[in-house]
Amino acid sequence: MAVKKGKQTVVFQKKIAIEATAAFVGKKEGEGPLKDYFDTVVEDAMYGEKTWEKAESKFVKNTFEEALKKAGLKNSDIDYLVCGDLLNQCSGTVFGTREMGVPYFGIYGACSTFGEALTLGSILIDSGGGKTVLAGTSSHFCTAEKQFRFPLELGTQRPPSATWTVTGSGAAVLKENGSGPVIESATIGKVVDMGIKDAANMGGAMAGAAVDVITAHFRDTGRNADYYDVIATGDLGYIGRDLAVKYLAENGYEMPSSFTDCGIEIFDRKTQDTHSGGSGCACSAVVFCGYFYTLLKESKIKRMLLVPTGAMMSAISGKQGESIPSVSYAVSIERQ
Amino acid sequence: MWGEFMDTTEKGKKAYGRAVDSLTPNSKLFSNCLKAFVTGGLICIIGELLKNGFTSMDFDEDSVSLLTNMVLIGTSALLTGFGLYSKLGKFCGAGTIVPITGFANSMASSSIEGKSEGWIMGLGATMFNVAGPVIVYGLASSILVGVVYYFVK
Repeated sequence: MAVKKGKQTVVFQKKIAIEATAAFVGKKEGEGPLKDYFDTVVEDAMYGEKTWEKAESKFVKNTFEEALKKAGLKNSDIDYLVCGDLLNQCSGTVFGTREMGVPYFGIYGACSTFGEALTLGSILIDSGGGKTVLAGTSSHFCTAEKQFRFPLELGTQRPPSATWTVTGSGAAVLKENGSGPVIESATIGKVVDMGIKDAANMGGAMAGAAVDVITAHFRDTGRNADYYDVIATGDLGYIGRDLAVKYLAENGYEMPSSFTDCGIEIFDRKTQDTHSGGSGCACSAVVFCGYFYTLLKESKIKRMLLVPTGAMMSAISGKQGESIPSVSYAVSIERQ
Repeated sequence: MWGEFMDTTEKGKKAYGRAVDSLTPNSKLFSNCLKAFVTGGLICIIGELLKNGFTSMDFDEDSVSLLTNMVLIGTSALLTGFGLYSKLGKFCGAGTIVPITGFANSMASSSIEGKSEGWIMGLGATMFNVAGPVIVYGLASSILVGVVYYFVK
């Protein structure tokens, strides 16, 4: 059974291995610096479907199937799906998984969903509730823009602080006593609202939640940044990363240069016009499942803290003048 | 208290907001204004040229302004459909938003997205998502000005 350590951290007693991962991405992500780490690059934003929403669900379906295939498992071997996305009612994952016939948990943590899924999946296994869990998320640039912002073809300028929603899906198969990197502990973040109202500056809004959960993780575990080879936030982008470095230092934790952000890693901002970086549920999911998982597998890194970050505003809350509450999860993954 | 390790008092939030502002690069105000001025002016010149052209073709005054607008709106909607207007808009900014072409772009771009939800509740309902407020407040203010003009003139 999982053991609670400190105020917010769960330490897993069983060996919860990430048996396999899969990462499917869109064209732009497939042109970025991490292009060689993804399973499939889908050139067509519609993925051969009639709507962007159907395309996102197809990303989910194909990515989840690929993750199972790589783990050598069938649908019937999976005890639970723990998954979510950005769309209303988590429709991206619901429609993508409706034919799978696997017990389903739909979760919403905005862009932090992948961290929430890994955490809850590990708790399920550690509690003895199951042995195998598939954790996955998706996002799609076009569906996200449509729901949260303006029509794609509207001729507007994006401010320098804006981030670019990653198109794709990432999935990880968690298996008790499996092979592969192990999820050792997770720190569950609180909702933190620093009063930022600019939805075009989500890194700025979310940095507070990331700082809060990373500090809590260090306090609960007695560790500091040196313990990890890599600490990667989800989608703070350049502005959010700089903010997090500043506030973590104020909390007494100097971040090394290896402190990075999945949204910074996935795009080349000089050539890809992505401004502050990537964002979306798929951002931390595909960067972890594609890139960091490979580094862990190849022993290029031994320990990492993955900290997906979520800006929890809705299309309505922003119009009503609300600030942006944020949440973040710190998941400690290591090679054993 | 929300976050334990972030100062979420009013004072803490203000300081945080200032930190966000200082780390966020500003939009390039001067070059954006210059681009908007030149490209917006260019669209107006095209409009004037069209107007002169139609006038020389012996249309009456009402028909001339109607035809000019039709060409500008039609071209803008067509460019939106081909995915070119958003690229123009990225460069021109307010230069392509403010003229009547921007209005056409806002309706065409909303329509394209609404189409996946059908002709009535999709395209028909979402067409005015962006343009709607402009029409409502444009009409409202023109009525107001009309009333004032009636009494004051």
